[in-house]
Amino acid sequence: MKRARMENELVSKGHVACPGCGAALAMRYVLNVLGPKTIIVLPACCWSVITNRHPECCLEVPVFHTAFETAACVASGVRAALEVKGDNSTNVLAWAGDGGTFDIGLQALSGAAERNDDIIYVCYDNEAYMNTGVQRSSATPWGAWTTTTPATHFKGQEKKNIMEIMAAHRIPYAATASISMPEDLMAKVERARDTRGTRFLHIFCPCPTGWRSSPDLTIELARAAVESRAFPLYEIFDGAKRRLSLDPAPPAPVADYIRPQGRFRHLDSEQIEAIQKRVDEEWLSLLRLIENNPA
Amino acid sequence: MKEVMMGDVAVARGVKLARVEVIAAYPITPQTIIVEELSEICGRGELKARFIKVESEHSALACCMGASMAGARTFTASASQGLLLMHEMLHWSAGARTPIVMANVNRAIAPPWNLWSDQTDSLSQRDTSWIQLYCENNQEVIDTVIQAYRIAETVYLPVMVVLDAFILSHTSEVVDVPEQEDVDRYLPPFKAALTLDTNDPRAFGSISGPMEYQKLKMARHEDMMGAVEVARRADDEFGEVFGRKYGIAEPYRCEDAELILLTSGALGGTAKIAVDALRESGAAVGALRVRLFRPFPADEIAEAIGDAPKVAVIDRNLSVGAGGIFAQELKAALYDRERRPAVFGFTGGYGGGDFTPEVVEKIARRALEMGKPDSPTLWEAIP
Ligand SMILES: Cc1ncc(C[n+]2csc(CCOP(=O)(O)OP(=O)(O)O)c2C)c(N)n1
Ligand SMILES: [Mg+2]
Repeated sequence: MKRARMENELVSKGHVACPGCGAALAMRYVLNVLGPKTIIVLPACCWSVITNRHPECCLEVPVFHTAFETAACVASGVRAALEVKGDNSTNVLAWAGDGGTFDIGLQALSGAAERNDDIIYVCYDNEAYMNTGVQRSSATPWGAWTTTTPATHFKGQEKKNIMEIMAAHRIPYAATASISMPEDLMAKVERARDTRGTRFLHIFCPCPTGWRSSPDLTIELARAAVESRAFPLYEIFDGAKRRLSLDPAPPAPVADYIRPQGRFRHLDSEQIEAIQKRVDEEWLSLLRLIENNPA
Repeated sequence: MKEVMMGDVAVARGVKLARVEVIAAYPITPQTIIVEELSEICGRGELKARFIKVESEHSALACCMGASMAGARTFTASASQGLLLMHEMLHWSAGARTPIVMANVNRAIAPPWNLWSDQTDSLSQRDTSWIQLYCENNQEVIDTVIQAYRIAETVYLPVMVVLDAFILSHTSEVVDVPEQEDVDRYLPPFKAALTLDTNDPRAFGSISGPMEYQKLKMARHEDMMGAVEVARRADDEFGEVFGRKYGIAEPYRCEDAELILLTSGALGGTAKIAVDALRESGAAVGALRVRLFRPFPADEIAEAIGDAPKVAVIDRNLSVGAGGIFAQELKAALYDRERRPAVFGFTGGYGGGDFTPEVVEKIARRALEMGKPDSPTLWEAIP
């Protein structure tokens, strides 16, 4: 495996993310591959604050801040304008959180994906609305505490399967990635960059503030999610062919991933066992999909 | 060349003549003909634009905003519920200073479902920093679309061209279609002052403190106020190239009037016919059509009213709890002035009621008979 090299350091030192922010790392890795010929469309999310306050901006590429639910359609508009000007080489990157993707921005994302507009859409997933103070989203996993799903009434629904929703749009490329595996993440950004049409990257980004976890555990938690199969790494081509990026065999127990996080503190061992069971089932159904149509 | 066309077609033809580069729109009655016609025009390659068939009006305007930020001349169109769905992006696109042009076909807002003319959709967007121009006929529609780009790209604020549902959108009229070369002379290609440019990377809309926020908003306000002059000049210069112009407010037989009928949109034409009949019968009545609504051209309107003791505003809209919207604007514009006529706020005709010249005459006679308005909002019920 190639060692990760930072050739394009386009996130400068002045960002104002919380200590241990997974999303800040994700941006560094993605821009490292896409390079300076990239335009970012940024809807409301933590990253609309992380860039820092006017007149500072930690991103050394053009950034357009836009409304929460409009990342995909604004990116489509930017791409259309570049096309009529004869520019087909600049990357147009929509960069949204899980709330802006799984929930309020899903309609616009679906529209862009159905039209197969030539954009790269990154969802950095920290599994809640963090910018507004940790409220549940449809990406929040079962069992988690958030400020709108208190421990006495924790989230009772499973996380939405955004990857299969994107696959159903038959977009040319969709992949999951983790900040704990930068080489894999950047290889996927490269593949996205070199594909035309709507490209979707789902990047798993622990959030110490919202997960009630220690900032120095961010990368370890991201790794534990992958190694326990709670967050599988895979790719989907043309909404059909699938490829596993990594098979953590034997998998680590899900408890290793769950236990260090304050947001799961209220769960007893039976409840954690229920999560383990669910993770095992999901993994098997993913394997079946891959076996049916391998890339 | 003269052609017969519906108002919606006139919009589409204006868009083509303006050489728009990116279109994003979503269909809604009675605007659908605009998107269908533009699809045909783009499909035939007569306009080399990218037409993005978005999944909603909210996305349509967001898409135009992105395209405009990347330097393209953009267009969208909507009506009623569609315009309301855009509301968040109306504020955003104006705040981002994107010179988008949109056509809005005035249609009633549900419930109950109703497809006919009612200006409440566009007028309830009056605080969004969009410039608004109301058209009287289809000739004015095509001409105003072209003027709108001149205004928008000078002031860096978006412009809404407004036309009445069915009365204009679906009614065929003779339209003198401007020649492309004249339009090209009048409207040079759009060169955005600042764009999303990787050679000159900037962040647009970053979080800001109170002083920066207030400074930007006040600058927008001042530019909007300056748009009165910009719109007047755009119309004058249009007149020089094409031999016809409209003014930003259009007075008709207002000399020595005892009563002036203040209208907007297609009703402006009806009011002229009513004024002719009233004058014929010896009543000193004039008409004044407001074409530019935002910014409200207060000086022009006050000057046209002159010494007339009475103004009857006919509002094809209603701000529930406040009354007709043009009446409110007029009263606010006159408050600080020496000459303050009695303002009669008539409202009606929305949701399909037909403002015939006879109805307008009746309103005029009601106003002439009343010493002063017996209620701030006078409903003229039209079946
Ligand atoms: C229309 C609208 N509704 C609500 C908000 C408030 N809001 C801003 S960011 C945000 C949550 C963002 O969550 P996510 O997309 O997951 O990004 P994160 O903050 O977690 O990075 C919310 C609810 C908004 N800006 N606009
Ligand atoms: Mg989030």
